[in-house]
Amino acid sequence: MLSSVVFWLAAAVAIVGAGGVLLARNPVHSALSLVVNLAALGVLFLLLHAEFLAVVEILVYAGAVMVLFLFVVTLLMAGTKTPKEEHRFRLAYQFLLAGLFGFILLVLVAHVMLGADWISSLAGPNVGSFGSIAAFGTALFTQYLLPFELTAVVLLVAVIGVIVLGREHGANR
Amino acid sequence: MVPISYYLILSALLFSIGTVGVLIRRNPLQMFMSVELMWNAVNLSFVAFARQYLNMAGHVFVFLVITVAAAEVAIGLAIIVLVFRNREHADVDELNVMKG
Repeated sequence: MLSSVVFWLAAAVAIVGAGGVLLARNPVHSALSLVVNLAALGVLFLLLHAEFLAVVEILVYAGAVMVLFLFVVTLLMAGTKTPKEEHRFRLAYQFLLAGLFGFILLVLVAHVMLGADWISSLAGPNVGSFGSIAAFGTALFTQYLLPFELTAVVLLVAVIGVIVLGREHGANR
Repeated sequence: MVPISYYLILSALLFSIGTVGVLIRRNPLQMFMSVELMWNAVNLSFVAFARQYLNMAGHVFVFLVITVAAAEVAIGLAIIVLVFRNREHADVDELNVMKG
């Protein structure tokens, strides 16, 4: 069945990405492996009828959080010596592979644009409103309103904390 | 439909890989990324259980976890930058100021 194929593919990619985080010497490679892992998790979320969370996973995690990570990695590594292999590292047939994957992506996107039915059928039969954004919003803003409001406090604390930590030392002391 | 146990095994695998990463890496950033791996492994099992019991609570919880993780990343990275900005190598083993 197609959904198991998607599951095994995504699971394999997720594990490979996790292994990359574990084994890469260069923190930049670790961060990029983590992005791969997060993208695979996004696919798994789609497979589990969690469309909104899949989008959040890609946008917030693989997007915003990992960009923050990469900024800090490059900031911290700016003064240090980079590993030698980094400059020589180049995939064989790099352009060919990139072109191939680009073409596959194009075909996939075109296919999705033309008819998305088979994709939504991957996640199994629809089960009422489960997993829809409407159901998610209803749960978040009615039953779980208090935890949702409390995350605002968490984020405020994070913002204030980062400002305090990032302040120039000795400026106000 | 893929059985939920597969998702849970995958989640356990990813969580273990993250744990091993925290234990064997000495670069604070890579340790941090391994922690992110662990967050996401747990998120996966939340979503899998939510699908199994058709309960949106799991989704809401994952959403909150992602929010808290983002806050944690912001503060943690600020601390890491502060601690390791003036050092040659970012290595947690060098932090022995408070050693008795």
